[in-house]
Amino acid sequence: MSKKIKEKTIKSSKHKKIIKKRKPNRSFVGDILIYFVLFLFALAMVFPLVFAISSSLKPLDELFLFPPKLFAQNPTLDNFQDLFVTMGKSWVTFSRYIFNTVFITAVGTTGHLIIASLGAFVLAKYDFPGKKLFFTIVVTALMFNGYVTAIPNYLIISKLGWVDTYWAIVIPAFAAPMGLFLMKQFMEGIPMSLVEAAMIDGAGLGKIFMRIVMPNVKPAWLTLIIFSVQNLWNNKAATFIYSEEKKTLVYALQQIQSGGIARTGQAAAVTVIVMIVPITIFILSESQILETMASSGLKE
Amino acid sequence: MKNYIKKYVILRRNEFKIMVKKMKKSKACYLFLAPYAILFTMFYILPVCSSIFFSFTYYNILESPKFIGVQNYINLILQDDIFLTAIKNTFLIAVITGPLGYIMSFLFAWLINELPRWLRTIGVIVFYVPSIAGNVFIIFAIFFRGDAYGYVNAFLMNAGIIGAPILWLTNPKYMLKVCMIVILWMSLGTGFLSFVAGLQGVDRSQFEAGYMDGVKNRWQELWYITLPNMKPMLMFGAVMAITQAFGVCDVTMALCGYPSTDYAARTVVTHLFDYGFSRFEMGYASAIATTLFLIMIICNKAIQSLLRRVGT
Repeated sequence: MSKKIKEKTIKSSKHKKIIKKRKPNRSFVGDILIYFVLFLFALAMVFPLVFAISSSLKPLDELFLFPPKLFAQNPTLDNFQDLFVTMGKSWVTFSRYIFNTVFITAVGTTGHLIIASLGAFVLAKYDFPGKKLFFTIVVTALMFNGYVTAIPNYLIISKLGWVDTYWAIVIPAFAAPMGLFLMKQFMEGIPMSLVEAAMIDGAGLGKIFMRIVMPNVKPAWLTLIIFSVQNLWNNKAATFIYSEEKKTLVYALQQIQSGGIARTGQAAAVTVIVMIVPITIFILSESQILETMASSGLKE
Repeated sequence: MKNYIKKYVILRRNEFKIMVKKMKKSKACYLFLAPYAILFTMFYILPVCSSIFFSFTYYNILESPKFIGVQNYINLILQDDIFLTAIKNTFLIAVITGPLGYIMSFLFAWLINELPRWLRTIGVIVFYVPSIAGNVFIIFAIFFRGDAYGYVNAFLMNAGIIGAPILWLTNPKYMLKVCMIVILWMSLGTGFLSFVAGLQGVDRSQFEAGYMDGVKNRWQELWYITLPNMKPMLMFGAVMAITQAFGVCDVTMALCGYPSTDYAARTVVTHLFDYGFSRFEMGYASAIATTLFLIMIICNKAIQSLLRRVGT
């Protein structure tokens, strides 16, 4: 017990020393000034979000109040209720939209995770001809936006007969270069000796992948899942899916949102519902994501 | 000379043989990579190639593509005034929001990094969240509404800065500026996360060594120690920033309408959508896409060679 405390005090005194050492390059006034500016920027960043959330809680008479109040005086959930009523009235049920989005997100993310980590594993840990070239191409693919390939993508998907099916969104999501890139960079951090030891013990490629590598890259898993979920959750899929019963939640919600001034309250509720999922997921997994991003650097 | 060529051929042949042998040995690797490689080829490589191919044709989906050489590109540059507006707007947005967003990402990440842990977590969340919050940026349409009840207008009028409300989103003079503000608000994305994570990984002992060697203030510390350590992340962040800056279309379409007044908020991507999915002139749209692709790749390469010199 006493040993533990002793260790702790040593640790903290060491810590203090480092802090003291760090002081010379930091002026007190500078610190305050800089963090004050940072604080102002932070306020500016959250202001629209807070405003969106608070206006979704405002009753109708407060929504059109002028000058506006930042916080609702009598917060209600009326807007959300109205939203469910409106959704309930449409001939495609609300649950169907939710199912569509959840299905697309779940299948797309799972497939992406499996396929990208399979590829990343061999790219990170083995040496074979063509590996460098392939990875260079993947990195190049990070350099252009999805919009560039929108048209040929549409042609390819229509040739495959996937227009107006979920696959039009799910399958291309499997091959997102960002996932493979992050996974590969993170896997490179696993010591090669671990893999070699398993090899000597007679494990095949599949076993090494399942037993050694995958359990060791959990943060990368999570990051991949989160990026993929964010991407698919916000996917409107407007170019690929036409039938109402296959439309995604975000798309359906945006149709409500464009319903004019009478739906101002509901529109605010929509905004909150759409943003709450990716944000919650991010907040819950922030430290894991940062751990993965630490290896995201592009080496020459 | 002959001898030399002979030797060269033999060498190459041997190398090739070794490669084939290696390939045979690593069959399992290819098997692992195959699913990703196939899908990636299908949805990333093939589209780029076919986009380049279609850009030299007249193609409207109904008829089979007709080869017309570089006519599409000539039309783009010489006849399509709107395209030139779009290019101008895109470059304007990219040149201003790209570097500014990039610098902001780094600066904020750097400042957040020295905060205590719990504050850092809050900081990361606060700064990153706008970029993943879906279509929350629509809220800016309320702030910048054109009548006297728009919040920005009301504020400026009460402060006596302007006499009459400004049509922020329909007056070509202001549209792009408003869009840029919104884009900047959303620009702390993946690159920012990469910076935050990278800064955590910078070796502390290097700072101590720096103090010994006479690093005097935080800015010198930044330039001589932090930045060189962060090079790979800086590269990654630059790629993200450039890709984002040239792909702007959501914000301009949602705020300024599609099409916008006098095409003042048209970007290359909006133009691409117009020709591709409204007029179905796939050949022409492919030419636009190829132009955009080249711009992005060239910018990325240029910026990367620039970034290599950071901190040296």
